[in-house]
Amino acid sequence: MMQSNLLTIIANKLRGVGHRMIERTWRLGVGARLFGLAIVYSGESFKRFNLTLREIYFTGVMSLLIIVVSAFFVGMVLALQGYNTLQKYGSSEAIGVLVALALVRELGPVVTALLFAGRAGTAITAEIGLMKATEQLSAMEMMAVNPIARVIAPRFWAGVISMPILATIFSMVGILGGYLVAVPLIGVDDGAFWSQMQANVDFRLDIVNGLIKSLVFGVACTMIALFEGFDAPPTAEGVSRATTRTVVISSLTVLALDFVLTSFMMVV
Amino acid sequence: MTTNIVEIDQLSFGYKGRLLHQGINMVFPRGKVVAIMGGSGSGKTTLLRLIGGQIKPSKGEVRVAGEVVHQQDRDGIYKLRRKMGMLFQHGALFTDLSVFDNVAFPMRELTDLPESMIRDLVLMKLNAVGLRGAHQFMPTELSGGMARRVALARAIALDPEIIMYDEPFAGLDPISMGVICGLIRSLNDALGATSIIVSHDVKETFLIADYVYFVADGVVAAEGTPNDLMQSTLPFVHQFVHGEKDGPVPFHYPAANYQSELLSQQVD
Repeated sequence: MMQSNLLTIIANKLRGVGHRMIERTWRLGVGARLFGLAIVYSGESFKRFNLTLREIYFTGVMSLLIIVVSAFFVGMVLALQGYNTLQKYGSSEAIGVLVALALVRELGPVVTALLFAGRAGTAITAEIGLMKATEQLSAMEMMAVNPIARVIAPRFWAGVISMPILATIFSMVGILGGYLVAVPLIGVDDGAFWSQMQANVDFRLDIVNGLIKSLVFGVACTMIALFEGFDAPPTAEGVSRATTRTVVISSLTVLALDFVLTSFMMVV
Repeated sequence: MTTNIVEIDQLSFGYKGRLLHQGINMVFPRGKVVAIMGGSGSGKTTLLRLIGGQIKPSKGEVRVAGEVVHQQDRDGIYKLRRKMGMLFQHGALFTDLSVFDNVAFPMRELTDLPESMIRDLVLMKLNAVGLRGAHQFMPTELSGGMARRVALARAIALDPEIIMYDEPFAGLDPISMGVICGLIRSLNDALGATSIIVSHDVKETFLIADYVYFVADGVVAAEGTPNDLMQSTLPFVHQFVHGEKDGPVPFHYPAANYQSELLSQQVD
């Protein structure tokens, strides 16, 4: 009797795991289909580029403040920490290179993507989720207006365009923050700070690779936010859970993708 | 030109193993106001979604202007939907657009009309629902009744041949209810359209409908003019139109024996 109960419990657990796996695979498929449709209907939305511009304002421009402030502090902390280590080896003039490389190659794209997921990604998910809950997407469908072309594609491209620009601004402001700490505050030589940076930061290997990363993160973060909103159950709880999932999944995806991209970039 | 603009033929629809409709037949003659009535969860709104091609029937077919809806491809469905206008239960206004822009939305999306003509048309539609003076408001600034009227103006923006109303009277005060009631009839007659009203508000619906279908247990339980149905001796229809609390639709949801449940220690 006890053995049979145990078997039932194990079978139920396994069934639960299987059910969750099927559900996640199904969601992945639906997400991929939404991504495909967003690409297919991009042409339609590009014809009215003002829709994308409007979304660039909401996702990109409205994220500027958080990006600039964070970048400034990240740059300053990098300079402080970097100087602390570099001076032990007598190479404190290399502080400019350290700050620039750390920002351009890693922190710029990654931290921007994490902040973007928290600021713009959640806003996108909540907006789309509420549009679904209040039947705005259904209303659009019934008016013979394709919601993918009208709502999803412009937001997708706005995210993809905004992310590299935000990452570039992040790196620039971060370097400025690092400069303010390293040169006026600590007293590192001004010329050495900039010249070492100029000599050691490679345009293709560092800057272009950083931009590629931010572009990939832009696609991932925006698509996750859009999918979670589009797939959210049309209830208050459903939208709130979808918003949380956007932050969690986007953050983990960005960190995982960063590792994969960095490995490929190192090899190439 | 067929006499009936919408025809539902032997329609069955179900999901998650539950059959919601089983062989429903309905016709909607041109120029008439036809109501679909029934209790909550009887699948009235689903019928509207089937007519609009948002879902596909399991069996049978829905024909709009002679075309079988579920056999159309996306372009075909959108072509049919251009003949339709739909008023959603809570209006489904686009919350990021003003009243004016909401009504202008289908015109801007689906036509190449110049902005000056769109302006005049929008003001005419808003005037028809008595809200020309509220054109600059945002949806959040409107009362429930006003939002419903704006949604009605948007539904008739492109002079549809079919106007579908999903619970147009739900949650409205008596004055707004009277206004919407009058508008449905007058707009139908002025536009020469066919109106399909899904509702469970007997008084208002009977006041304006030419013909009424009662849906219960997945089939058309009764049909006729409002006058016929008021006189009906069918137990379900009698209970429904006279708002009796007990009858074929029981007051109590099926449950275990009352006395034994009260005396037992736990709830099943």
